[in-house]
Amino acid sequence: MIKFTNVFKAFPKGGLALKDVSFHIAKGEFVFLTGHSGAGKSTVLKLIYAEQPVTSGEVRVSGFNAAELRPRDVPMLRRRLGIVFQDFRLLEDRTAEENVAFALEVTGARRSSIPARVMRVLTQVGLAAKAQAYPRELSGGEQQRVAIARALVNEPTVLLADEPTGNLDERATRGVFQLLRDINASGTAVVMATHDLDLVRQAPYRVIELQEGALVYDSAVDEPRDQAASP
Amino acid sequence: MNLTVRESLIAFRRAPLLSALSVTTIAFSLFVVGLFGLVAVNLQDALRGVAERVEIVAYLLPGTPIETVTLAGKDIEAFPEVQSASYVSEDSALGRARAELVEFRDVLQELERNPLPASIEVKLKPRFRDADHVNQVADRLRGFGFVDDVRFGRDWVEKLDRLRQIAAAVGLVVGAAFAVVAIIIIGTTIRMAVLQRSREIAIMRLVGATDGFIRRPFLLQGAIKGMLGGLAAIALSYGAYTLINRWLIHAAFFSKEQAVAIVGFGMLIGFFGSAASVGRHLRRV
Repeated sequence: MIKFTNVFKAFPKGGLALKDVSFHIAKGEFVFLTGHSGAGKSTVLKLIYAEQPVTSGEVRVSGFNAAELRPRDVPMLRRRLGIVFQDFRLLEDRTAEENVAFALEVTGARRSSIPARVMRVLTQVGLAAKAQAYPRELSGGEQQRVAIARALVNEPTVLLADEPTGNLDERATRGVFQLLRDINASGTAVVMATHDLDLVRQAPYRVIELQEGALVYDSAVDEPRDQAASP
Repeated sequence: MNLTVRESLIAFRRAPLLSALSVTTIAFSLFVVGLFGLVAVNLQDALRGVAERVEIVAYLLPGTPIETVTLAGKDIEAFPEVQSASYVSEDSALGRARAELVEFRDVLQELERNPLPASIEVKLKPRFRDADHVNQVADRLRGFGFVDDVRFGRDWVEKLDRLRQIAAAVGLVVGAAFAVVAIIIIGTTIRMAVLQRSREIAIMRLVGATDGFIRRPFLLQGAIKGMLGGLAAIALSYGAYTLINRWLIHAAFFSKEQAVAIVGFGMLIGFFGSAASVGRHLRRV
């Protein structure tokens, strides 16, 4: 469903962000994307949601080939993905409910179907009671749940999460992570970029590790590593 | 309510200050253009009034039979440049002279013989009231055998021509400069509105909004702001016009069509300014 084949990504002002990266993520998988800051985790995600063009190699996402993507295909691709960020990226002047509904409205969903679908995902992330709250009235963990609800409302096949727990305290982190696991359990693939190794060790999921733009370890291909060693 | 309409209205409510600023900027920019337009309109009116007096007089040889003159008059009226050609007989010329030249009334009264020739007075259609056309028509009138002399205020017509050319050139240059300044100022305000919402635009794109979907509320909003600005500009111009009319000179205001054109111009600037701003923004991010 997501397939990188010998992908290189160069930035105009010099430097390779990704060097010869290849991997394949199947439907329903949960994958950790790990590595230090600047290792290329975010770049991998950006190539998946077509925020940046590929320099060379092939990126295929849910039937789309990044190299052949026309600008007007990009929104269609993104509607099949759910994207969550460290900084939540909610619209400050809309309530939780409106933030989620917004993602449906932009896709031209039938108006009458929107409220029910919004309530369903807000219930799923455990925020039904705070549907009318504005982002500033919510804790970080709650805001991230709203963001996750917004990512889920279009029923994506993959949820991309870029350091989703980076701004959260330990308790909120656990809650959000559990939510992502539940989402994965119901069939949605999850690609989570994180440098929180405790989180990675907690779960038996596949780990792809990047180092300076190169893929240095993929638990689906390589030998299992000594868990004590730092990946 | 339509989503585009709703989003446009929400933007007004969310950023009332910036929206008001945009409308005010557009209003004052168009007001300056409009004031200049008023000056141009009035100048043109004045020049047209002067040009109406452009007249060619063909004096006839004495003894020209009236039938010949009548026929010739028809021919002259058939010239494409000519609006009217009227015959003035010797008697009516004298009568006019008596009425107009009061100081010479006594002299004119005592004449034994009428010294004034009959004439044909030719008025041109408005768009031909310039030196070139006047000369052409005068030459053609000279071609008639019974025409003794043709007179028109040559210097005067040429001066009027120059005045018109200067007015047109100044109007074009200054008007264009004002319009460009207005467009730049309005463009900048619209750009601010777009930048203010750049975060929102980025989020819209992330959740799969098409560029058209993002653009539409901005275009509608731009057109609404432009329209409001245009209406305000008309109101301001009307205020200025009332003051000038009361205290300075009697002037003309915009015709209904011109007023509509100003509001329409505001809408167009708002619309295309937004289109350019949002388009550039969407291409860059």
